[in-house]
Amino acid sequence: MTEIQYVAPSTLDEAISAYAAASGAARIMAGGTDLLVQMRSGMVKPGLIVDIKKVAELNAIEQTPEGGFRIGAAVPGAVLEEHPTFGKVWPGVLEGLNLIGSTQVQGRASAGGNLCNGSPAADSVPALVAAGAIANIKGPNGTRELPVEKVPAGPGKTNLAPGEILVSFTFPARPKGSSDAYLRMIPRTEMDIAVVGCGVSLTMEGDTCTAARVSLGAVAPTVLLVEDAAKALIGSKLDDAALEKAAAACSAACNPINDKRGTIAYRTKVAGVLLKRTTAIAADRAKGG
Amino acid sequence: MSDMTNKWIGTSTVRPDGVDKVVGRAQYAADATMPGMIWGKVLRSPHPHAVIRSIDTSKAEALPGVKSVVTAKDIVDFSVGTPVPLGIQDMRWMCRNVMAREKALFHGHPVAAVAAMSADIAAKACELIEVDYEVLPWAIEIEDAIAPDAPILHDFIKFEGKPSNIAGTLEHKLGDIEAGFEQADVIVERSFDTRPVHQGYIEPHACLVSVAADGKTTIWSSSQGQFMVRAMTAFLTGIPQSDIRAIPAEIGGGFGGKTIIYLEPVAAMLSKKAGRPVKMVMTREEVMRATGPTSGAKSTVKIGAKKDGTIVSAQATHYLQAGAFPGSPIRGACGCCFAPYDIPNVYTLGYDVVSNRSKVAAYRAPGSPIGAFAVESTMDELAEQLGIDPLELRLKNAAKQGTKAAHGPVYPVMGYAETVKAALAHDHYKAPLGKFQGRGVASGYWFNAGGESSAQVNITEDGNVVVTTGHPDIGGSRASIANITAELLGIDYRRVSVLIGDTATIGYSNLTGGSRVLFASAMVVTQSTEKVIETLKGLAAKIWGIPADAVTWSDGAARPAGDNAGKFEPLTLEELAAKANMTGGPIGAGTQLNTTGAEGGFATHICDVEVDVDLGIVRVIRYTSFQDVGKAVHPAYVEGQMQGGAVQGIGWALNEEYIYNKDGKVDNPGFLDYRMPVCSDVPMLDNVIIEVPNPLHPQGVRGVGEVPLVPPLAAIRNAVYNALGIRFNSLPMSPPRVLEKLDAMKQAAE
Ligand SMILES: Cc1cc2nc3c(=O)[nH]c(=O)nc-3n(C[C@H](O)[C@H](O)[C@H](O)COP(=O)(O)OP(=O)(O)OC[C@H]3O[C@@H](n4cnc5c(N)ncnc54)[C@H](O)[C@@H]3O)c2cc1C
Repeated sequence: MTEIQYVAPSTLDEAISAYAAASGAARIMAGGTDLLVQMRSGMVKPGLIVDIKKVAELNAIEQTPEGGFRIGAAVPGAVLEEHPTFGKVWPGVLEGLNLIGSTQVQGRASAGGNLCNGSPAADSVPALVAAGAIANIKGPNGTRELPVEKVPAGPGKTNLAPGEILVSFTFPARPKGSSDAYLRMIPRTEMDIAVVGCGVSLTMEGDTCTAARVSLGAVAPTVLLVEDAAKALIGSKLDDAALEKAAAACSAACNPINDKRGTIAYRTKVAGVLLKRTTAIAADRAKGG
Repeated sequence: MSDMTNKWIGTSTVRPDGVDKVVGRAQYAADATMPGMIWGKVLRSPHPHAVIRSIDTSKAEALPGVKSVVTAKDIVDFSVGTPVPLGIQDMRWMCRNVMAREKALFHGHPVAAVAAMSADIAAKACELIEVDYEVLPWAIEIEDAIAPDAPILHDFIKFEGKPSNIAGTLEHKLGDIEAGFEQADVIVERSFDTRPVHQGYIEPHACLVSVAADGKTTIWSSSQGQFMVRAMTAFLTGIPQSDIRAIPAEIGGGFGGKTIIYLEPVAAMLSKKAGRPVKMVMTREEVMRATGPTSGAKSTVKIGAKKDGTIVSAQATHYLQAGAFPGSPIRGACGCCFAPYDIPNVYTLGYDVVSNRSKVAAYRAPGSPIGAFAVESTMDELAEQLGIDPLELRLKNAAKQGTKAAHGPVYPVMGYAETVKAALAHDHYKAPLGKFQGRGVASGYWFNAGGESSAQVNITEDGNVVVTTGHPDIGGSRASIANITAELLGIDYRRVSVLIGDTATIGYSNLTGGSRVLFASAMVVTQSTEKVIETLKGLAAKIWGIPADAVTWSDGAARPAGDNAGKFEPLTLEELAAKANMTGGPIGAGTQLNTTGAEGGFATHICDVEVDVDLGIVRVIRYTSFQDVGKAVHPAYVEGQMQGGAVQGIGWALNEEYIYNKDGKVDNPGFLDYRMPVCSDVPMLDNVIIEVPNPLHPQGVRGVGEVPLVPPLAAIRNAVYNALGIRFNSLPMSPPRVLEKLDAMKQAAE
């Protein structure tokens, strides 16, 4: 029999020291919706599980003094859904997170887990990247910040150092006329994994786009920030020419694989299609539609 | 019979199994436990094709906690030269499928099994078994398996005198097709391929088997036939059938895939060696790798018609994958594909092709959806070339009473034309379509089946009824039998309990499959109930002191009739039951029959799709099924069958496929990447139940469960053509394939 130890510390420091002490044999557990599935299939065999659901910082939803948000890494999608204002400011982040699984899964699944699991197809990550969210990380050697797009290192891998825990995400304050959106392509209508995902965050002044960030999921080993696509949008009226250019930038940024979920040709083409559709939704929301 | 005076037949009464399933109390196979029970696990081949040179189990046996190890040596060997058929299976192949003997023939093929104190220990012990393999080249797809230099799976199988992967052929012939094609003004000939798809039952295979020291064996398992489980386990273990009691668990879906066994004989031998009950439960991955999907196929169809639409000649060739052992459903493909039509000259030819994938198992109307996809797609193109509405073309050529079918029968009373007429008249067929939307139609046929059934009807001392039959209920047979028994006795259906007996408590009953169960069990239940009514009338006659033929039975009571009418107060079932012990003893009757008279079933489907042309996604937006069911004894269950078939067809047509990697292994052995439709993928599926009663059945039943999966593949494909102008002759119509074709069409137009 394989022995598995389980701890559920109530402070961040306890969690970090338990995690760091186990040096590699431990796994953090937020919602467990990836971890438990992977343990069951034998993909991972941790000696210690550190449950972070009881740590306050990891489960808090706060407004920052700058007018942004700080969201604990372990906050489940269903809890964030009930927050009175977060979803009004970041509807795209919320829809990315709550495309995950089903109602039951959303009651557990967190954005932190989605990011740290390291899947290039993770649904909340493109929206987090487009949002310009910052990952707040703490480990045995103190705290540091990383833009979300710098956290994944490849399929199943992150740039977190041994013993480091993702504590929260900070979202910047938003100028008026800003919004975001996330769309994914799946062959089914739900309970599926993104073949391509696209997050777009925009600021509109009248009909002109003054700021934009674009991110793509499932088209490369990590979720991508597509700066060329954003450049094509910024300053434009989101006219067909600008959208074509941004779509082409998305297709060009793709570096996908042929696998059971989609072909290279398909993913590359669909990235551009989704860019256009996601941008339209984000712009509509930004204009108060 | 079926008439307007029925109170329960034709009513959607409350399902007897409903509450248990909703609250989680229903006992499925994996819920069974026994004191002293241990766990069995299977070691499976990591290669798609390999000679097994030797197996060393000593390290596994030495692991603490391991109680027994089984290999092919422990399973009865059936020599390949002598057929030992049992239903559609053959013990020569079954003994090699449950445990690889000379060779491992697909990735996931069982090679050994271990029983241990825990599932973990059993799994660890499997890793300690050393198998010396000589890895061979393999063939997965049909074209690879029939290529001249193909690796041969079974060197004893010969085709045209040479070792071959073509394990058999089947042909049906009517008239002279060459002469027929000469009369044709228009001939359409097309080729098609479909992918293997899994039945997708939610409940993985599971069993608990106890072989006691005296050899008495008890099996709890989930199957479509406890008698099939008993017989196959007896064959493969050598335990006499009389020592085996096979108890059917509540079943979590089968769709044909549980008309065969995988675990029971292995668990029996593990239990026999260990002296303890052994439980085995497959994972979903094991289900997807090693249990039967239905065949993938390659078909060619040629149909010739006169200008007025009269079809004069038709020909089809179907190559079907059998998986690792012979036995693909070529009979369904060849026998059903032209069955809806009255065509004077027909020739169908089927090839049974083995390759290095898991052995196929039955799936609703085995083979028929494959044949129908090819024929009904060709019919659509023929209709277009002739400038005739596709339903009108079908109606013009519809088979009817007296038509001689190529697969043998001269049709009796049947309702195919009625399904087409109902579709033509339905508002769905006339509803407007929007941009990138399209509509398709297709028809389908299934033989249906009779066969062996047994039933016992007993009256309890308090005047209620217990009916026992021998078929696992996977489509509503218990509810339907309660309706029939209540109707015949003239009592409330809630006074009838319907149970499924085990192999020791009810007489032999064949599988639940082929849409036979209600047809056959209604016959034996009707006869038993009629015998009970005769007994009850006799008791009343005795009490009243009048002749038995002067008593009638109605509304749950015996009544004096003829000259005696009104002379005595009626005696109710309760009153007669209470007096039974004084007037003659227990009241009950059994019937065992090999039933005959099952007649074929037909359906026509209309499907609307909408295509997202930028993403290549096809969505079904409206769907209506028209089916001749003979008599809908329990209409809600009948509709459930019709809807279930349509959904499974939608999955088959649009997304389901096994993806093999370059090492010959299935790359998507789970429901995440093996994309069966989810609820939100389908619209509300509409049904039109058509009742042309089967005159050879007491309630007019034909059989319902198979036909609904026959038309969908072509109906959806024809709808996609109508929407896009692209003919998909190869399934599935998954987004990458659809987008590729759309892009190719755009490029060709530029
Ligand atoms: C039925 C089902 C459907 C699903 N559908 C989707 C879907 O549609 N889209 C999608 O993207 N995903 C889907 N998933 C995957 C999963 O639900 C998500 O990735 C989810 O966001 C994971 O969050 P969690 O809190 O459950 O993570 P966990 O399973 O707890 O953790 C995931 C990984 O991240 C690590 N980790 C978690 N939190 C931290 C932290 N704070 N610091 C450091 N490491 C950490 C864990 O050690 C583990 O390796 C599905 C899963 C299931 C079971």
